[in-house]
Amino acid sequence: MATLHARSAARLMMAPAVVLLLGWMLVPLVMTLYFSFKRYLPLRGGDLGWTGFDNYVRFVTSSSFWPSVQATLIIVGGVLLITVVLGVLLALLLDQPMWGQGIVRILVIAPFFVMPTVSALVWKNMFMDPVNGLFAHLWKFFGLAPLEWLSQASLFSIILIVSWQWLPFATLILLTAIQSLDREQLEAGEIDGAPPLARFRHIILPHLGQAITIVILIQTIFLLSIFAEIFVTTQGSFGTRTLTYLIFQRVLESQNVGLGSAGGVYAIILANIVALFLMRIVGKNLDT
Amino acid sequence: MGHIVLENVEKSFGEVTVIPPLNLEMEDGEFVVFVGPSGCGKSTLLRLIAGLEDVTGGTIRIDGQDATAVPPAKRGLAMVFQSYALYPHMTVRKNITFPLRMAKLDQAEQKRRVEQAAAVLNLTEYLDRRPGQLSGGQRQRVAIGRAIVREPSAFLFDEPLSNLDAALRVGMRLEISELHERLKTTMIYVTHDQVEAMTMADKIVVLQAGRIEQVGSPLELYRTPRNRFVAGFIGSPKMNFLEGPEARKHDAQTIGIRPEHITPSSSEGTWKGRVGVAEHLGSDTFFHVHMEECAEPVTVRSGGEVDMHHGDTIYLTPDVEQIHRFDDQGLRIG
Amino acid sequence: MARAVKNKQKIINTVAAWGIGLLIFFPVLWTILTSFKTEAQAIADPPVFLFFDWTLENYAIVQERSDYMRYLWNSVIIAGVSTLVGIVVAVPAAWSMAFVPSKRTKDVLLWMLSTKMLPAVGVLYPIYLIFIQLGLLDTRTGLVIVMMLINLPIIVWMLYTYFREIPGEILEAARMDGASLRDEILYVLTPMAVPGIASTILLNFILAWNEAFWTLNLTAAKAGPLTAFIASYSSPEGLFYAKLSAASTMAIAPILILGWFSQKQLVRGLTFGAVK
Repeated sequence: MATLHARSAARLMMAPAVVLLLGWMLVPLVMTLYFSFKRYLPLRGGDLGWTGFDNYVRFVTSSSFWPSVQATLIIVGGVLLITVVLGVLLALLLDQPMWGQGIVRILVIAPFFVMPTVSALVWKNMFMDPVNGLFAHLWKFFGLAPLEWLSQASLFSIILIVSWQWLPFATLILLTAIQSLDREQLEAGEIDGAPPLARFRHIILPHLGQAITIVILIQTIFLLSIFAEIFVTTQGSFGTRTLTYLIFQRVLESQNVGLGSAGGVYAIILANIVALFLMRIVGKNLDT
Repeated sequence: MGHIVLENVEKSFGEVTVIPPLNLEMEDGEFVVFVGPSGCGKSTLLRLIAGLEDVTGGTIRIDGQDATAVPPAKRGLAMVFQSYALYPHMTVRKNITFPLRMAKLDQAEQKRRVEQAAAVLNLTEYLDRRPGQLSGGQRQRVAIGRAIVREPSAFLFDEPLSNLDAALRVGMRLEISELHERLKTTMIYVTHDQVEAMTMADKIVVLQAGRIEQVGSPLELYRTPRNRFVAGFIGSPKMNFLEGPEARKHDAQTIGIRPEHITPSSSEGTWKGRVGVAEHLGSDTFFHVHMEECAEPVTVRSGGEVDMHHGDTIYLTPDVEQIHRFDDQGLRIG
Repeated sequence: MARAVKNKQKIINTVAAWGIGLLIFFPVLWTILTSFKTEAQAIADPPVFLFFDWTLENYAIVQERSDYMRYLWNSVIIAGVSTLVGIVVAVPAAWSMAFVPSKRTKDVLLWMLSTKMLPAVGVLYPIYLIFIQLGLLDTRTGLVIVMMLINLPIIVWMLYTYFREIPGEILEAARMDGASLRDEILYVLTPMAVPGIASTILLNFILAWNEAFWTLNLTAAKAGPLTAFIASYSSPEGLFYAKLSAASTMAIAPILILGWFSQKQLVRGLTFGAVK
């Protein structure tokens, strides 16, 4: 619906963004692929030649691979479960009439704006510290022995920290979705004699379906690559070495670039599988 | 100046042909109305003339110059959009000045022209408001103001009145007609409303599915519609069409007779029927008459105060001189 | 009667929502409070909540010892410049996709989105290597580039969804009025899209400010922004709660305030227009 002139202008104006992103995607991707087929140890001899799929095999057969997959799944799954369930409940609550709704919203949304290194450090030291942490005081108050959170319940602790950061995101999106629900639909349900629980199950929940899916997909993509929270707290020890952290260690700490790159390729494939689902939903939305 | 010629102009979007090759000439100073049902390609045709769309084939000439490849800004035309398309972040004054600013006219001339346009359109006291603070009719005037300050060789109107309520529409219709009388500039006006076409046009172009069905003055179209489509589209209420024995009596596949060319009577006439709905408008009365020979009710116009009601028997006498005859292709006979 | 029931319900809602809201906000509140305590009070047993000797000394010490201002300045430059450059690149692209859509527009948009989902760790070494080669390691320029690139898809998307709400007829009117493409974008589109552009800037500034993978891996003392500044407080300094809190408060306060303004746009920006 435009002239040839406008179309060629449009192509020209899109070019910078497209070229930049293409470069940003392709150059490192090709390099990662290249390194993944190499035995490459910058500090111990450098480029030691091609190794075929050796790195790929070694990465998945190393003793730290499966534990890292497990840790990743537990963290991602745990955070998703907590944020979605609590997010729905909280969104429902915030949608009710109350005094000071705006302020409550601000309080709830705040953690999302706290930079990951800050939230990790604050939780680690001021809450989870076994001696001076607030939790330790709380446990003692109830006559319990303080927990060493980050070593005894390391995965749970990480899940707690990350959930705290992402709950606002889930809540805000679900709240927005609830507010877009046609009020008349709910009133019709009420007149039809549906009790609150039935209204929730048959009207609200289906309406939230898409928003929940989007929350899950977007969070999954971000959660698969959480880094700072682990970097600052456990440094990957006590069973908190996720796939992302494992690759980071291979590449930058042990400087085994070939092996790390093979891991990177796995991570890219994994993220793309999730991304595919997300893009199908977003793409469908574009048509309307 | 504003002599626009379309030669074999055609337009398709991908596989879909919206306008098959078409020829049309618009004289300088003429008020031309493109009319047709929605989706007939009238707006597309206007956008082709404006340069907002490329033609797929053919040539557009404006004042003798080939303008086919000229960008819209350089064609010397002005356009009034259906949504008015005012710049919401600018005051009325800035809206009207915008084309002059783009043309890099000097400040004094800009001011002079804007004030003149505002005076003509009764906008002087609104010059410092924003479009959001204006009523529909005022916005429409601003859009027209923005068009006239450019002193274009032709004005293009794309259904400019369709967003106004009925009363305002009649008023604006008169204003645009008056504007044309005063400026004597070519105007091309797109509408789906045949009343607007009949009341405003010097020349009406009836379009259907991208094809020109007929070109002519309002009365030409009214008196001698070239085919059934034009006959049914022009005139309000619509022409009645009868087929079968009645039509065969006139050696035609179909005959058409306008409601105003039938005389109703309660006692005698050519056709006999029963009154269905009677619409009393005060000045006129329209009867929808059910006849045995005819599937569709026949519409009849009558004087204001005729005392006939639902279910009454009614006799109708058509004015034989005013019967239109069409062949099996729907084309006019004679 | 109905009114009374409603009010009772409203009171319950209010109490519940405020309770949960304060619980969620508590870590932030606690950090801010602790930043005004002395170190001894910060680890007092039992903890003190409000009744302590308010002091600003921690802020002074943090600034003095770790040169807070330099990190802050790095954060501002990196987040600010990367966002502005991103806007300049994205506005024309978003204009094209919103107003001159073609059959491929949708694919391009989705592809841009997909680059955002590339896991950073997968390309960590190549970027690291390129940075060393080009001398960009631990420079603000390097981080501005990376931050601009990782947020560009979101900027394009947000602008696209805002631009799509502007009727195309207005831009066509500008074209008929004799505006060139540049005039059209500069005088008509941009002013009309100011609210959308502003929220795009805001959200991307926040995202860039809080980004903590590239900033931690590509900077050291020179170009490190506040994320790195805080990470340096790990241990043992992290055990000085009052100072840790002061540093944290200074790192999050600016963005907390900006963030509160952007909460509505946040949803739209982070769901790529799928939830509004």
